[in-house]
Amino acid sequence: MLTTTVIICHIVLLYIILMFLPLDDFFFNLKGMSDFSEELIRPTTEDEQGEPCVPSGTGMCLPWLQKHIETIATGGRQEKDFAQTTSACLSLIQEALLKHQWQRAAEYMHSYLQILEDSDSNKRQVAPEIIWRLGSEILYYHPKSSVETFNTFADRMKNIGVMNYLKISLQHALYLLHHGMLEDANRNLSQAETWRYGEKSSSQEVLINLIQAYKGLLQYYIWSKKKMELSQLDEDDYAYNTASQNMLNHSWKTSINLCALIQIPGVWDPFVKSYVEMLEFYGDQDGAREVLTNYAYDEKFPSNPNAHIYLYNFLKREKAPREKLISVLKILYQIVPSHKLMLEFHRLLRKSENEEHHKLGLEVLFGVLDFAGCTKNITAWRYLAKYLRQTLMGSHLAWVQEEWNSRKNWWPSFHFSCFRAKSDWKEDKALACEKALVAGLLLGKGCRYFRNISKQDHQVLKKKMKQMKKSVKKYSIVNPGL
Amino acid sequence: MGLEEAKEFKDRCSQCAAVSWGLTDEGKYYCTSCHNVTEKSREVINTGAIPNTKIQAINRGLKRKRKLEKGWDWYVCEGFQHILYQQAKALQTLGVGPELKNEVLHNFWKRYLQKSKQAYCKNPVYTSRRKTTVLEDNPSHSDWDSEPELLSDLSCPSFVESGAESQPDVHTQKPFPIIKASQSETASVCSGSLDGVEYSLRKEKGIVKMTVPRTLAFCYLSLLWQRETITLADLLRFVEEEHIPYINAFQHFPEEMKLYGRDKGIFAIESWPNYEDIYKKIIEIATFLDLPRFPDITEDCYLHPNILCMKYLMEVNLPDEMHDLTCHVVKVTGMGEVDFLTFDPIAKKAKTVKYDVQAVAVIVVVLKLLFLLDDNLEWSLSNIAEKYNEKNEEDKPWFDFRKWYQVMKKAIDEKKQKWEEARAKYLWKSEKPLYHSAIDRSVVYKRREMVVSLQKQFSTLVGSTPTVEKQSPSSFQFSWTEEGSDRTCFHGHSLQGVLKQKGQSLMTKNSLYWLSTQKFCKSYCKHVTTYEESNFSLSYQFILNLFSFLLRIKTSLLHEEVSLIEKRLFKAKYSTTKKKSSRSRKARKC
Repeated sequence: MLTTTVIICHIVLLYIILMFLPLDDFFFNLKGMSDFSEELIRPTTEDEQGEPCVPSGTGMCLPWLQKHIETIATGGRQEKDFAQTTSACLSLIQEALLKHQWQRAAEYMHSYLQILEDSDSNKRQVAPEIIWRLGSEILYYHPKSSVETFNTFADRMKNIGVMNYLKISLQHALYLLHHGMLEDANRNLSQAETWRYGEKSSSQEVLINLIQAYKGLLQYYIWSKKKMELSQLDEDDYAYNTASQNMLNHSWKTSINLCALIQIPGVWDPFVKSYVEMLEFYGDQDGAREVLTNYAYDEKFPSNPNAHIYLYNFLKREKAPREKLISVLKILYQIVPSHKLMLEFHRLLRKSENEEHHKLGLEVLFGVLDFAGCTKNITAWRYLAKYLRQTLMGSHLAWVQEEWNSRKNWWPSFHFSCFRAKSDWKEDKALACEKALVAGLLLGKGCRYFRNISKQDHQVLKKKMKQMKKSVKKYSIVNPGL
Repeated sequence: MGLEEAKEFKDRCSQCAAVSWGLTDEGKYYCTSCHNVTEKSREVINTGAIPNTKIQAINRGLKRKRKLEKGWDWYVCEGFQHILYQQAKALQTLGVGPELKNEVLHNFWKRYLQKSKQAYCKNPVYTSRRKTTVLEDNPSHSDWDSEPELLSDLSCPSFVESGAESQPDVHTQKPFPIIKASQSETASVCSGSLDGVEYSLRKEKGIVKMTVPRTLAFCYLSLLWQRETITLADLLRFVEEEHIPYINAFQHFPEEMKLYGRDKGIFAIESWPNYEDIYKKIIEIATFLDLPRFPDITEDCYLHPNILCMKYLMEVNLPDEMHDLTCHVVKVTGMGEVDFLTFDPIAKKAKTVKYDVQAVAVIVVVLKLLFLLDDNLEWSLSNIAEKYNEKNEEDKPWFDFRKWYQVMKKAIDEKKQKWEEARAKYLWKSEKPLYHSAIDRSVVYKRREMVVSLQKQFSTLVGSTPTVEKQSPSSFQFSWTEEGSDRTCFHGHSLQGVLKQKGQSLMTKNSLYWLSTQKFCKSYCKHVTTYEESNFSLSYQFILNLFSFLLRIKTSLLHEEVSLIEKRLFKAKYSTTKKKSSRSRKARKC
């Protein structure tokens, strides 16, 4: 069941993603100018990194030439004090923000606003975004600030120039969500959704899609709340019908809002997840499978482990054949070899009839234990101990050696040191036993870890110890002859 | 004046009914018995030949509303005159005598108008006659009647000889050049002033065009003429502290003087004045105005190095006893002589002494004489002083360089930080925004509104304490009193630790000296090689930074001045070291 906080977690995550999306380029021609649009008439060649370069036929970038041109433009004169003080002011704001001195930051912000009146049109054009970012940060944290102040600020900033309207609207909505004002956020998003200004650039289109998707996410939240209510109702209850009807309505609207965004390459985890949940709820398995497959396999999308996890979970729910599950997890194994699903992957491989899969099963286990985060995973060790024995029994010594060769230099000190043995024994005796068996099998009975553990005297584990020693004696790769 | 010409006028006076008319300077009739001035002016009556429209134009004068902008007709030079007037008034409130405004600056300005052929001459570039008559036509206007001295200048006794020649011109001038009307129509398209476009295009050889920074040159020249107690560095600091109108000075223009278009380029300014730049402009203007030798700078003048040195010693918290040494250096180098100090623009090579920089440089030289400033000797002398002070707590304490450094470093760092923060917070934009043309007027105003409303919003988030309280103007930036332990006052400390008795006179214990530079340009400029900070000792760097911050100048400028003083002080050594191809950097004190 989803709560607001969960949604907000997703939103925060997305917010971060949003920050890394290519920002709209500020300069394109628009029809029907108003307010400050005179700034947009002159197209400028300035890329987003703020590193102006001179476009030339070969696509070469000559920053020095631009600098030269700039000095000619200013008549070789020095930068004006206005430019100097405003840039000093900007760095003072940043410093204050860094030190969480909101009041001080607000003081400087008061002066920094005059950059909106800079006679340099290039600076004037980028100013609104800088002011928005800094200002919203200040208003977010400042003790004297309130939702009202933030709203006024956002509304004002939206209308300085036209290029920032959508971005600010979206961030404004996120702010409102953060304060639990879902309805206001929804209203805000609806307003932004219908906003049009001349020809849309491709980047603006992404923003509109994002805004719609967030609206969809909000509707999903309402839907899932309704679903919860529904689950508490009796099917015979007369309220049941209206409630389910209500839900249906919502899901329809939501899917429209969500599906447009999902088509565009990007990382859209929360959107995909909620969309799929709704599709599944209404029994559209094919639709859900298509969305997930596309999300995971379309090459235009950035590599995203979650896409494969969602697909795997979906296929598992669907009881898809083992072969299919293995192929999904194989990709995940390549991206995140330490993922917790890898143990499940190992089990699948073990059960497979394919010889290749058995070999991969061993590889996967070794792979998991390469990671420091997994060193105390008892399941992984147990699987490895068991599977090693099994493999060696099945006389696939070569497989083991292949894996071990690349690890024999560092695993002994990484996993099997004396210190480790002592601390493992102290913390988790079962883990220590499994590890000792593995150590014995890989390094022989002379190894420190094995010796250390086998010396320990413990009533309950006595039988296990004995077995362990026997296995080591019989199968250890160090003295295969004996 | 003008009783003859007034005979044609036969009306009865409205006040006393007499028929006895005289003509005022502006060409208006006044009653000689009751001094009532009529609205009628002479031109209207006796120049019937002139087409009516022109007469009306003259009569309506400044108050004539133009179709396009509804403002007065005004010339760029009037704008500058207004700024100068504001600045002079501000100087007066700073304590400068009223003669500066009423006589000196006024005359300089008249002379400028004449030299630049804008007025008081046979063929002015623009007809100034209309301007002057018009201005006097409206003595009742509140914004202008407060400055009759500046504007109704024709009857003023002029101290400039050539000024007298120009006086009769006004009356013999042609009333209006024919081209004027058409010019003003085209000009009105892109400037609020009548001649904004022409003015910005005007590029005559030998004419120094008026700019906003040059108004400060005018101010300084008049201060120097009056030998007032304000140095150039002080003047510029007062500008920065907004005690003297400069940035956005056009804001104080009367409402009806509209500025836009080209006027923006002429009157809007986005930088604080720079010492070297203004210094150059001072000389430029003084030569352009062909000014005679300025009043002598004698030992009792504030600008004399002896007095300025005392002032700066107090400012930076150094012992009073050092004054004897600075006086000695001034005497040896001949820098205290009247001919050296007095500004003479007519001289072959016009240059004025940078009084403040020079005085400070003398102090730096004295510090070098006493403490060598090689990051070594000053500290060992400090150790001696410290020990002495510990043992003799009753006595007058010896000056301890280290302690002084600690106190000053802290004080200057705080001051500098405050200064930087205040600069960062400075609001440059005027409440009256300037725009390029009528088209972007609404955009500019809307933008202004937006900024104001955003500022309002953020100002509510600022703490209740006013952020930058305006300091009252003072020529001192620091005040040192005996109270307070962390701000020790060193004025009364003695230099005994660093001086020794030799015969009848005192000698510095330190017998070494290093020269700031040995290479001077071989060409005319006599410039010193540039100041590369890292080549010098840390103490020297600190002292240069301290003083150059106080004067708001570049350290290199001060370094240059120090080098020039050293060149005078060690003249003999310079010539020998040059011959020896400067093997040693140290020269013994003579």
